[in-house]
Amino acid sequence: MAETHSLQDMRQQAAVAAKVFIQRDYANGTVCQFQTKFPSELETRIDKQQFEETVRTLNNLYAEAEKLGSQSYIEGCLACLTAYTVFLCMETHYEKVLKKIAKYIQEQNDKIYAPRGLLLTDPIERGLRVVSCALVSVAAKKYSLL
Amino acid sequence: MKNCEYQQIDPQALPTPNPTPPPHQGHDSDKREEPRRPRRRWEVFPGKNRFYCDGRLILARQSGVLPLTLGLILVTSGLFFIFDCPFLVKHLTSCIPVIGGVLFVFVVTTLLQTSFTDPGILPRATPDEAADIEKQIDNTGNTSYRPPPRTKEVLINQQVVKLKYCFTCKMFRPPRTSHCSLCDNCVERFDHHCPWVGNCVGKRNYRFFYTFIVSLSFLTAFIFGCVTTHLALRAQGGKGLVFALQESPGSAVELVICFFSVWSILGLSGFHTYLVASNLTTNEDIKGSWSGKSGEDVTNPYSHRNIFINCCSVLCGPMPPSLIDRRGFLPADESAQTSGADVELPALATKSEMHVCTQGTKGLLESATLSPLLSTSCPQGKPQTGPTCPDNSPATDPSPELSGSCGVRHAASSTGDTSSPRHTKTGSRKSKQAALHIPNPTFDVPVSPTSSNTGPSSKDRGHKGASFTPLH
Repeated sequence: MAETHSLQDMRQQAAVAAKVFIQRDYANGTVCQFQTKFPSELETRIDKQQFEETVRTLNNLYAEAEKLGSQSYIEGCLACLTAYTVFLCMETHYEKVLKKIAKYIQEQNDKIYAPRGLLLTDPIERGLRVVSCALVSVAAKKYSLL
Repeated sequence: MKNCEYQQIDPQALPTPNPTPPPHQGHDSDKREEPRRPRRRWEVFPGKNRFYCDGRLILARQSGVLPLTLGLILVTSGLFFIFDCPFLVKHLTSCIPVIGGVLFVFVVTTLLQTSFTDPGILPRATPDEAADIEKQIDNTGNTSYRPPPRTKEVLINQQVVKLKYCFTCKMFRPPRTSHCSLCDNCVERFDHHCPWVGNCVGKRNYRFFYTFIVSLSFLTAFIFGCVTTHLALRAQGGKGLVFALQESPGSAVELVICFFSVWSILGLSGFHTYLVASNLTTNEDIKGSWSGKSGEDVTNPYSHRNIFINCCSVLCGPMPPSLIDRRGFLPADESAQTSGADVELPALATKSEMHVCTQGTKGLLESATLSPLLSTSCPQGKPQTGPTCPDNSPATDPSPELSGSCGVRHAASSTGDTSSPRHTKTGSRKSKQAALHIPNPTFDVPVSPTSSNTGPSSKDRGHKGASFTPLH
């Protein structure tokens, strides 16, 4: 099919030039935090403040998800009293925050990163190990805009 | 028991309310291949796990003595309700079966949850990530022939912690994560692999495990007490214990089971209560990571320095999500690929598959970036070649995990099914036939030689020092 072929060509042209991985920052223990150090490969694409702001917001969101506060304790105690069967029917606080994070990343991609030829991947898809930022080659962008 | 049989996905019976668009729609437009059954990610999961209910339930491949555990609990409780409760209700109070019932429900529920919940398995690194980490390791300026260092030091709460590189999962293990050689997975906050529940105990199911052993110790002690009371009441009036036992033979069985198990279970509960209060794992306690044996002033960097907060954070903290995607669909193209080298082919993400044609830049970017990820979920991808590295076994540290077990190890089972990385063996003929029908023999051929070579070597090493240690 000609249409499929041309799309495949475009995708191949839109091959990722490089990928940058932002690793976890374990300075505060096992809580999910990512390093805010600005990778050198992104210097030409996006400014440092913007990027660090994104990572800092992500860190805050994850901190909110894992926060040991009254809400999590109430949820935990309730779950314990019901022999944890409540997890089968209720969405946990963590899952709610994960949805918020997914939305935030999508929004950031749409507004800031995609126009600069970058794409952030939600860390949950990488097992919360890394935030992957893909640099797409500029030539591909031309093709994709056709 | 919630254990429903493994079911093959029938393309005709594909449920429509799936969150991801069923890839079988792509089959219609793809004239090159015959229509394929869309596969879920659990079917190509690289660890040694078994999945039930179409990926909803996860268990270690070696279920250990889980049937025995369940059997003992059911038999003892059954005998209790049949033989002892009627007598005690008549002579004492009707609260007894109620309390017994509540404890029994708690025990069975938490046992099943411990066994069938993902303990906190970390998915293996994608080839891109693995390559990036390798590059970083090699960049440490090591030009000599010796292999570069595979540990990384981080500072956690002013404590130096060494992170080891996992050769199987191709990543630096996060703190408190350990690679379980039985399940062949890195597990977060790894406590131990428990054969009694047939699963690892880690971050996500530790609270279930703790509730299980605590409620089991209450149940065992309760049944023991009730049986003793029952026999004592029956033996009153000079009738004697033998007479009482003859009248209620079930009680004898219960007495024996409870007597022998109550000490070890109480001991285990006490031990884990200590671990919870100090925010330690069995693995760390046995290795003596924070006990200062090396002479330095080491303290547990994860402890909140307050028993109450430690207990709350371990038992009542937020429930982390499962990091492995079991029920997502593999894209249709994945099934057709013959090797992981086809990274640049448009292996589309299930989410964006139907939208790539309509979306603009973002869709193309997403499809391009997600293609490497998806190719690695196939077993023929690079992660499978990891175990061939000779440094694998030392890095995985099998002995600490083993010594952390709380029961019998089945060393013989180590040489079991290593040729197939897909762990959906359930013994059902239907699944075996379906496996043969899976139209990708190319999957099996490249994988089996590598994994069968490496499986026994790492497993044998991992199973030395098997011992029965009911008490830690």
